[in-house]
Amino acid sequence: MRRRPLTLLSDGTLSRRENTLYFENAQGKRPLAVEGIYDIYIYGHVNITSQSLHFLAQKGIAVHFFNHYGYYDGSFYPRESLNSGDLLIKQAKHYLDREKRLKLAKLFVVGGVKNMEKNLKKWGMKVSFNEFLNELEAVEKISEVMNVEARVRQEYYASWDETLPEDFKIVKRTRRPPQNEINALISFLNSRIYATIVSELYNTQLSPTISYLHEPGERRFSLALDLSEIFKPIIADRITNRLVKQGIIKKEHFRNDLNGVLLNDKGKKIVLKAFNEEMQKSVRHPRLKKNVTKQRLIRLEAYKLIKHLVGTQEYNPLVAWF
Amino acid sequence: METYPENVLLIRGTEINYLFICPTKLWYFSKGITMEQESEYVDLGKFLHERSYFGEEKEVQIGSIKIDFIKRGNTIEVHEVKKGKSMEKAHEMQALYYLYYLKVLGIRAKAILNYPKLRETKEIILDGHEEEVEEAINEAERIKSLSAPPSPVKSRKCKKCAYYDLCWV
Ligand code: SF4
Repeated sequence: MRRRPLTLLSDGTLSRRENTLYFENAQGKRPLAVEGIYDIYIYGHVNITSQSLHFLAQKGIAVHFFNHYGYYDGSFYPRESLNSGDLLIKQAKHYLDREKRLKLAKLFVVGGVKNMEKNLKKWGMKVSFNEFLNELEAVEKISEVMNVEARVRQEYYASWDETLPEDFKIVKRTRRPPQNEINALISFLNSRIYATIVSELYNTQLSPTISYLHEPGERRFSLALDLSEIFKPIIADRITNRLVKQGIIKKEHFRNDLNGVLLNDKGKKIVLKAFNEEMQKSVRHPRLKKNVTKQRLIRLEAYKLIKHLVGTQEYNPLVAWF
Repeated sequence: METYPENVLLIRGTEINYLFICPTKLWYFSKGITMEQESEYVDLGKFLHERSYFGEEKEVQIGSIKIDFIKRGNTIEVHEVKKGKSMEKAHEMQALYYLYYLKVLGIRAKAILNYPKLRETKEIILDGHEEEVEEAINEAERIKSLSAPPSPVKSRKCKKCAYYDLCWV
């Protein structure tokens, strides 16, 4: 059975009786087939019994929590089951060696920038980020890498407005709290992507705490931040644009709050459905010569990183061919 | 005790098996870089530490393989149940390695490979194969000591291999 993510949007209680997990909400109590669960994303107010957490730990299922606004709060990351001392040492070595770290940091940004460029082309805009990429090649500090990335992103978001409907112009990318609908959508999806990457890393021997572009400790799972550079454009930005341009997400799916503009429950539901469907979509992988889901692409990116770290093959970030 | 096997024979049975399937797989596996399907492999070495085990009749699960040790008079039979013969050489070498391991422990044994699907069995005796096992051990140790995994070589085996995505992405 292919294990799938479970998203809990409603309020309720997660409990365990013997070898069955139950979710009880206003609609009633239903058993969850734990063998079919890959990981769990909790958006509602959910009470969780410690027995159910024990059970999930046993099964190696990570649980991700999102706050009231839909932003990532934290994860229940069961005691790691997959470990490789050898890989951990190599991961750390690549962090400690300035050249090695810089190289990886740049590669994450290169991947992100190329994916942004790809998106703009898809949306019918003629934009080239080549100059930025050349600049990136020459820089020698992580802070400079970050700086180039930030400038590309600015230009990238600015061009969105050319194709976005009137009601949904991005104007400028505000972070928390988002001041407009598009920003709210992007932030909501980025949170989810981050958690999804954390899950994928949990299922490899990579330590999520050692990262290259972002400073380890910036967030607990900073390697997920590094990898999200690659996936934010091809997952979150594409879903955002599609939902808005096709009128699937409308003004009415947002609410104003002291904390800015936020998705309401209906809006969250629509976006999460789109996200889950997107992640299960397959694309033909040119190297593996088989179909893989978008979700699987994250794992494959982790494998590429492992190969870079152990020294079989240089990391070559995913640039969307689809 | 110099001949304490866990001090000399640090190679696991699965590793000898993988040596004859694919050195790349052996390297990754030995570094703890396992794929989902493989993460449940129990280490026979660890298991053999429990000396008290001998003399009983017991069934041991090693991943998808079952090993029975059966004591019959002075010889012990190591049984292994295998799915098919496509990896026959690897199975045989793994069995020989167990026998070698037991011999170092001072235990004479023979192994029986069981292929229930094919309704066949094959008896494996160590005598005369010691050198071959030692060579395999040395080769496995050499591969494990490499700083990077041996480059993968595409073969028919890759298709069914759990490491496929890692090797070829
Ligand atoms: S995919 Fe092929 S090369 Fe890679 S470990 Fe498996 S058998 Fe070896």
